[in-house]
Amino acid sequence: MTQHDIVIIGGGPAGLAAAAAARRAGVEDILILERDSCLGGILNQCIHNGFGLHTFKEELTGPEYASRYIKIVEEMQIPYKLNCMVIDINDKKEVTFINREDGLTTIQAKAIILAMGCRERPRGALNIPGYRPAGIYSAGTAQRLTNIEGYQVGKEVVILGSGDIGLIMARRMTLEGAKVKVVAELMPYSGGLKRNIVQCLNDYDIPLKLSHTVVDIQGKERVTGITLAEVDANRKPIPGTEEFYSCDTLLLSVGLLPENELTKGAGVSMNRVTSGPNVNDQLETSAEGIFACGNVLHVHDLVDYVSEEATLAGTNAAAYVQAGAEKKEGHVVPLFGENGVRYTVPQTLDTENMNDKITVRFRVADVYKDRYISVYYDGKRVAHRKKKVLAPGEMEQVIITKDSLKDCPDLEKIVICTEEE
Amino acid sequence: MKKMDYDVVVIGGGVVGCSIARELSRYDLHTCVIEREEDVCSGTSKANSAIVHAGFDAHPGSLKARFNVEGNQMMGDLAKELDFDFKQNGSLVLCFHEEDMPALKALYEKGVENGVKDLSIISGDEVRKMEPNTTDTVVAALYAPTGGIVCPFGLTIAMAENACDNGVEFRFLTAVESVEAVEGGYTVKTSKGEISSRYVVNAAGVYADEIHNMVSAKKLHITARKGDYCLLDKEAGSLVSHTIFQLPGKMGKGVLVTPTVHGNLLTGPTAVDVEDKEKTATSAEELADLMSKATIGVNNIPFRQVITSFAGLRAHEDGDDFVIGEVEDAEGFFDAAGIESPGLTSAPAIGVYIAKLVAEKAEAGEKADWNGTRKGIVRPELLSKEERAELIKKNPAYGTIICRCEDVSEGEIVDAITRTLGATSLDGIKRRVRQGMGRCQAGFCTPRTMEILAREKGMKMEEICKNAPGSELLTGER
Repeated sequence: MTQHDIVIIGGGPAGLAAAAAARRAGVEDILILERDSCLGGILNQCIHNGFGLHTFKEELTGPEYASRYIKIVEEMQIPYKLNCMVIDINDKKEVTFINREDGLTTIQAKAIILAMGCRERPRGALNIPGYRPAGIYSAGTAQRLTNIEGYQVGKEVVILGSGDIGLIMARRMTLEGAKVKVVAELMPYSGGLKRNIVQCLNDYDIPLKLSHTVVDIQGKERVTGITLAEVDANRKPIPGTEEFYSCDTLLLSVGLLPENELTKGAGVSMNRVTSGPNVNDQLETSAEGIFACGNVLHVHDLVDYVSEEATLAGTNAAAYVQAGAEKKEGHVVPLFGENGVRYTVPQTLDTENMNDKITVRFRVADVYKDRYISVYYDGKRVAHRKKKVLAPGEMEQVIITKDSLKDCPDLEKIVICTEEE
Repeated sequence: MKKMDYDVVVIGGGVVGCSIARELSRYDLHTCVIEREEDVCSGTSKANSAIVHAGFDAHPGSLKARFNVEGNQMMGDLAKELDFDFKQNGSLVLCFHEEDMPALKALYEKGVENGVKDLSIISGDEVRKMEPNTTDTVVAALYAPTGGIVCPFGLTIAMAENACDNGVEFRFLTAVESVEAVEGGYTVKTSKGEISSRYVVNAAGVYADEIHNMVSAKKLHITARKGDYCLLDKEAGSLVSHTIFQLPGKMGKGVLVTPTVHGNLLTGPTAVDVEDKEKTATSAEELADLMSKATIGVNNIPFRQVITSFAGLRAHEDGDDFVIGEVEDAEGFFDAAGIESPGLTSAPAIGVYIAKLVAEKAEAGEKADWNGTRKGIVRPELLSKEERAELIKKNPAYGTIICRCEDVSEGEIVDAITRTLGATSLDGIKRRVRQGMGRCQAGFCTPRTMEILAREKGMKMEEICKNAPGSELLTGER
């Protein structure tokens, strides 16, 4: 069996940044396995701008952002395989993949970095009633057909869900000559970034109907129309509020799910809220030497944070490989999200062996105005920061320093929560 | 007498029509199946419970009882001959109230009378031992080890391919407009012209009454009885291992919860009579109804993991039984009508029966070179690692995974398109190799599969359909 120090599953933004960081940290033997025909992942179909403001201090398109990292990986001569589907990984860190050239191959890794990204929630997951004709697309599939394959997927469009891809596609399809009639959102707030609402809907006079959902899909062969209805506080459609929209296309942007089938195969402990693996402050899963970063770990809002997180995972995986058997385990403390904080990543940290600074990322459960984000060490409030607006569509973070923990040798838990005062 | 185009025309390429066609292909008969959709298995046959019923449900002496038990007994051998997925997983009919025990016993008696083997009534505790996720309210159950689960697409397509390999013609996108008796046979007017035939077999599903009534004064009346279903992720597929029915009682007929032969969990169906025989739309009320009913017998059904819901139409005839045989006042016209549950199970036996009737009538002999075996599409996921590696070496297309959820390679998709009666639409590919049938519901593989279909068929991307024409996926170039 061929051996590699680090095998990275996925050559999107997370995998690329992780690879570059691992090489910088001194690991020579790295292999990236990518299922598509080129590196860059989903960024390749995100031809709009708005990427890289944090990382490169300039506004790039998705392919431009990806190309910066691809260039780094190429210059570092990090090997990668394309058109290569990983079908299994296990806790012995054996990775089995399939491609045309190597056939079915199993390789042994000293460390694995999971960077498989996420997928879109399909119509079925929402149990939307009605017919099942052509013309129902998840927004990302429509984006690929439009931007990569070069086709028009519809002429009259209704979009369900105001996730970022849906918003971006509302603008994209408008620019391609389609009429986007309405964007409906089940929740009383949008799941996407504020800037996307402004730039993709408001600028094109596309109405956004909050607290609305699709209650019927018409059309035997191709979609001929859909019915929207307003929903009550329990997200149940209110009878009498139905409105019919004739259209040939329904796009769904109703959430992203980290793609963790392989992760589960390795027997890794999973988090019910993020649908990603639980990780420690090194971004290492419950299986020693298997790290995770990017959207496979939790769904991010900005790719810049994916790159940052993946850089950390790459660096840590390199350190793990270089340390060999000398791994130290110190005092491990769990983190909890409470009172409006839905989850934290990482889920634990080792107060003795952690880096000097750890970024803890999370999302909130609802839209909050003028609330505080607070951090508690065993009931003692150690941080308290006011935010004008907190929204589920935007990822939040707090920094925890090793220094702040040095006086807490018996710390049992860290809580991150929102507070009204 | 004018020369007829065919000896036999079978109207309908569902499971019943394809079974009849395959059995007819044994005989020296020139046979044609006409189907209004672009592929076989496009109506009721594609949207049902996928259950091989044991046969205790139908009234003793009915055609349903007879063909159900016969079909059940045939299914195992047929699955081997034709290489489709079938598993005898056994079924349980749950009884929730002591006062319903007589009804459970009556079901047992009916089963015995129908000739169902190995039936037994077991206690609630025994049920929970066999199926730990059944509820505490179960007091007893009828256990039928001969119950099974089958891939309805696999069964139908396998029979169609085998029929075709043995000389049966298939005409798709051909809808019947009228059937008229003429000297020595019938003229079938279709959307694609007239077809003449000595004999006609009516296997037109929910439309079998209309076809029948074109030639007979003794009218049939079929009601489309809609059933909604929810299909759950494979992660939920091991919640139960047997097919779990509920004993019909005060709460109505109940719904089933079953693993599918491919490892998903399926629950449904509801039962609502609909006017429109095209109404395969699910409804919010029915989906909610089936989900609440399913939980009466089985705990912990993770409805968060529903990957799709769908509806199928049962062809319910007013007489409440199958209508099978030569029509009294229409010589040479054979019905296979009113084939609702247990129609899927019964189809193989109905095929044998009807084909024999037709062959006797036509005085046709058996072909010497008939080959009743068919090899299915190679499924790399079922091979050993070494075999799979060898396969990719021989044909690298098996090394490109197109559908990541169901682990389907390009090689399988190409096979589905290029083999006998190959797929011409995305749904056709899906029913043959399960591409797009997994948890992402074709989000990932749709563009890739479209490219392969366009390449193999020499079609433009804009011409690719989900199923029949009118269901094009794209509306133009950018």
